[in-house]
Amino acid sequence: MATYTALIPAIPLLGFLVLALFGPKLSRRAIGNIGVSSIGIVALLTIITGIEFIKSLPGVKSYSVVVWEWINAGNLKANISFSLDALSLVFCFVITFVGFLIHVYSVGFMAKDEGFSRFFAYMNLFVGSMLILVLADNILLMYLGWEGVGLCSYLLIGFWYKVPENGYAARKAFIITRIGDTAMIIGIFILFLSFGTFNIEGIMQQASEKWISGSSIAVLTAALLLGGALGKSAQLPLQTWLPDAMAGPSPVSALIHAATMVTAGVYLIARTHVLFNLAPVVQAAIAIIGALTLLIAGFSALAQHDLKRILAYSTISQIGYMFLALGVGAWSAAVFHFMIHAFFKALLFLAAGVVILVLNEEHDIFRMGGLRKKMPVIFWTFLIGSASLSALPLVTAGFYSKEEILWFSISAEKGGTLLWIAGIIGAFLTALYSFRMIFIAFFGEARTQPSFLPGIRMTIPLIILAALSVFGGFIELPESFGNFHLFSNLVDNTLPETITRETGYSEILFQSLSALIALTGIYLAYVIYLKKPAISESFYNSRLNKFFEKGWAFDRLYDFLFVKPAVWLSEIDKDDIFDWLNIGISRLAILSNRLLSLTQNGKLRWYLLSFTIGIALILTYMILK
Amino acid sequence: MLTVPVEIQILFAGILFLLGLIGLLVRRNMIFMLMSIEVMFNSAGLVFIIAGNHWKQPDGQVMFIFILAVTAVEVAIGLALLLQVYHHYKTLDADSINKLKDYH
Amino acid sequence: MILVYLIAVLLTGAFLAWIAGIWNTVWSRIISIVALSIDLIQIIILALKPVSPASSWIIDFKLDWIPEFGIGLHLALDGLSLLMLILTFFLGIIAVLISWKEINSKVGFFHFNLLLIMAGIIGVFLSLDLFLFYFFWELMLVPMYFLIGIWGHENRTAASNKFFLYTQASGLLMFIAIIALYFVHGHSTGSYTFDYLQLLGTKMSASTGLLIMSGFLAAFLVKLPVVPLHNWLPDAHTEAPTAGSLILAALLLKTGAYGLLRFIVPLFPAASLTFAPIGMLLGVVGILYGAKLSFAQTDFKRLVAYTSVSHMGFVILGVFSFNEIAYQGVIVQMISHGISTGALFILVGQLYERIHTRDLNRMGGLWEEAPFMGAMGLVFSMASLGLPGLGNFIAELLILVGVFKASVLMSCLACLGLIAATIYSLRIVQKVFLGKKNGIWEINDLNVREKTVLAALCIVIVGLGLFPKPVFDIAKPALIKTLDIKEKTIHVEGISKNETGEKSIHFYQISK
Repeated sequence: MATYTALIPAIPLLGFLVLALFGPKLSRRAIGNIGVSSIGIVALLTIITGIEFIKSLPGVKSYSVVVWEWINAGNLKANISFSLDALSLVFCFVITFVGFLIHVYSVGFMAKDEGFSRFFAYMNLFVGSMLILVLADNILLMYLGWEGVGLCSYLLIGFWYKVPENGYAARKAFIITRIGDTAMIIGIFILFLSFGTFNIEGIMQQASEKWISGSSIAVLTAALLLGGALGKSAQLPLQTWLPDAMAGPSPVSALIHAATMVTAGVYLIARTHVLFNLAPVVQAAIAIIGALTLLIAGFSALAQHDLKRILAYSTISQIGYMFLALGVGAWSAAVFHFMIHAFFKALLFLAAGVVILVLNEEHDIFRMGGLRKKMPVIFWTFLIGSASLSALPLVTAGFYSKEEILWFSISAEKGGTLLWIAGIIGAFLTALYSFRMIFIAFFGEARTQPSFLPGIRMTIPLIILAALSVFGGFIELPESFGNFHLFSNLVDNTLPETITRETGYSEILFQSLSALIALTGIYLAYVIYLKKPAISESFYNSRLNKFFEKGWAFDRLYDFLFVKPAVWLSEIDKDDIFDWLNIGISRLAILSNRLLSLTQNGKLRWYLLSFTIGIALILTYMILK
Repeated sequence: MLTVPVEIQILFAGILFLLGLIGLLVRRNMIFMLMSIEVMFNSAGLVFIIAGNHWKQPDGQVMFIFILAVTAVEVAIGLALLLQVYHHYKTLDADSINKLKDYH
Repeated sequence: MILVYLIAVLLTGAFLAWIAGIWNTVWSRIISIVALSIDLIQIIILALKPVSPASSWIIDFKLDWIPEFGIGLHLALDGLSLLMLILTFFLGIIAVLISWKEINSKVGFFHFNLLLIMAGIIGVFLSLDLFLFYFFWELMLVPMYFLIGIWGHENRTAASNKFFLYTQASGLLMFIAIIALYFVHGHSTGSYTFDYLQLLGTKMSASTGLLIMSGFLAAFLVKLPVVPLHNWLPDAHTEAPTAGSLILAALLLKTGAYGLLRFIVPLFPAASLTFAPIGMLLGVVGILYGAKLSFAQTDFKRLVAYTSVSHMGFVILGVFSFNEIAYQGVIVQMISHGISTGALFILVGQLYERIHTRDLNRMGGLWEEAPFMGAMGLVFSMASLGLPGLGNFIAELLILVGVFKASVLMSCLACLGLIAATIYSLRIVQKVFLGKKNGIWEINDLNVREKTVLAALCIVIVGLGLFPKPVFDIAKPALIKTLDIKEKTIHVEGISKNETGEKSIHFYQISK
């Protein structure tokens, strides 16, 4: 069974190779079949391996397999080896299963696109890299997967390459994540040089033995790894690439920029939790960054009018929740929210993709409307997704996952009231902007007519994801509702349990509060966007709204601080000032030539004079010697 | 008989040489330059005579005759070249014949 | 003897190709490929032989040449030179293949020059006699001068002159240093010899060592190239024909790196230690400055040339950190940079054959018409920026880890180079293959010959990225020998071991 673990990343990579080499020669059907079935096989394999794994718990904590010896230089050794434990199992499941649904959807979505084989090749490469990332045994191999998904993200954001803006968005994503990656690789260096190994288990063990909690090296390393996580997960201050990444096709946004790649940061922090436990300052920073990000993104989402950009900011915000959970030590809550978020966010993106496609590439929600009646299936699935996002009480999975985080933000040992307040405001904003989306895009009168109805390949995945968005939460019920901890029991095999403190409040008080807030948000959205739109419309032209729409002007700031100086710096010395050394020498040579050739003036008497003087000098010298 | 010391004799020849040299450097007309060269030759011959006289050997006089012969030839060729130059440049000014100069 | 045969085959091939070119140009090309292939097969056979643990030299061949002056024909092969030789022959064949359609005039003479350069390069990698080394060093120059000057692009005369004068001048400085070393050794031991193995461990005072080392350094720093002595490179690379650029970037630059590893560190252990901080600083400056310049260029070839400056900065950075991890990284960097930058030059050449311009502002959107070319451009740009899974990542990782051991600051600064590399590599892809079309080109995608060449390079670079183990195994004995010599000598001269570059990170030891 353990050896099958190595197959899990291998199969999509094989799919990539086949499609890359033979894609243009295959028929559309063949391409679709290969692309989808490779992920389907892996999903099946994951489920089978997962069941076997769960059955062997708690005895066997992980499956490991070494495929080949990768690097062996001096005492730097790293292998291509994979290990499956509870954490990676959850991630694998999400990646493969949601990935499979998205691939099925893509066959319909990209049906008329000329880059059909290229798309599936890249998607397979992405899934393969992501699986390498979560299954890697050592941190260097994880870095390979990390960069691999960055590459695929670049390729897929800029998929419609003929439009230059897509290329720029892709470049922006790659460069910003690379900045984070560079911080991460320095952190990896420190880890290797301190412990002599890249193996994650080994590092975690040695770190807990050798490093003192709060020591500067632990803080530095944790901060560097956090840098990498911030880049990939689009959190403050590296969050500016994600809204622009919406230039890619919707399945890409669903898979990469909602469900999987952007959660790689969450995975990294969860995986190296020992380090963060050793650096409480950094862990507190994670919580604060998460809280700030979720607020900033929430406000920004409220001001967007591009459907996908709302969802992008929503993703940034929800990952902020996950970071908040990680920051207070609520490990399994973070992973739970990751899974549920993958379900409803992928659903929302796929549904949004359908809407945009059907309305002939219309992205502006103010030009949509009335879709409730025209596309009922899409409407209902979108509604379920938004409800889950808003954490509609009791019936949606989002409620249970977000609840856990909110509860732990105040009840965990490392939690605090401020964090909870941030979370609850964020919940309010989430409900507000999600239902703003629904009310503006799906209700009211239709301003653009749908040109066709989506086929079954695009609808079935939506329905499945909608079901998961509702029922997926029931595997982890809090004490008030049944105390069913299937999920956290699984994850707690790898991650530590959340340490809580006595707050004196009851959980049900907070749950009611958040339920109330969510419902208030929905009602307020109904009032100001549907019933009396004049209220919201008056706000749209205000400076504050424009500020929110531009993502709190981070782009302008970075442009001013980094981009413009870099471009200026590179332009001023374009011809390389060091060349003056050469130009100087050649000018000197030419100058001395000109000077000396003045002595060759063709005049006979001049030559005679110079002989005479020369002879005189030599004679004088000889006489004087 | 008045014997002049050898040093004075050679000095005399040296002054003659220098006069010839100065004439060569100063004059612009090429015929005068040739004449100055003649003077320099003669001064060299004079040195030989002085030496022969000093060492009481006839070799000095022999050398002088050599020099006379060479001078004759040199003058002949020199004047022939001068004629060609005159035909070509219509002038005997040494300074104006500077086509071999290096710069422009 | 086989080492002499390797060089002889190339020389014979050179003359035969020149003569054959008079009748039929195709024969010139075929003869060149045959000569290079014979050598490639020979060297691969040698590589597969198991190495005797007794000596790290796989083959050692010595003949007396001019015994009165201590000059001998001393050729030797160890792991480092073996890898370089494989790279040379492989890329030599590729160079001939890519100039199939590009070079149409004086074809015989072209291949004569090409093979002569190859012979010079092989000689440089093989000679262990300093005089012979210098002989081959200069032999590389003149045919390259002709290559650029006759078959190059618009500004070829100026570029070839610049290249020749620069390299020649630095070579002469090295020659003075060689003679100085000859005399210093002779004075101290009484035996006057140019033989490398006997010159190892020459006792010299610190200042003499520094002076002589600077002479050698002059040549290697110019060749590598290291800022501020790098200005010959953009011009030479831009104006050379594709095969010339390939050989320049992939092979000639590596002779500089080879010189550092083979001569500077073993012959002058104390002096190189003194120079080390400056060397590392120059490396970092090269990485960042080269990247900065690269980003600003509008001539495609010039852009790639500056990326060479940037990548070779990693080499000198690694060499002066004196540990095995960094040295393995340096060797992998030499190989993978040769392949990836070589491939980029090949792409530029293929593009130039089709659209006759190198101006980036006139390109754009070419993926649509030439997807294979686009894909290859993508792969090699990713290699350039150090994407894991390709050879350059392994190289840069090892060098950065090794340098981290020696100097944290330098390593962190060099890591900024990773970000800079991303910026210029993505610019290449965006400007050439993506976006709107800026010129009305109707180009064909690559034909079979061109595809084979690029596919071969692609396979090698991916292979290096995922299976670098053979390279490490072959290089290990040679590197250990280099570091050993250094450590032994420094130990003997009384410098404490802690100064051998192991200035490790202290901050965590203190706070423990």
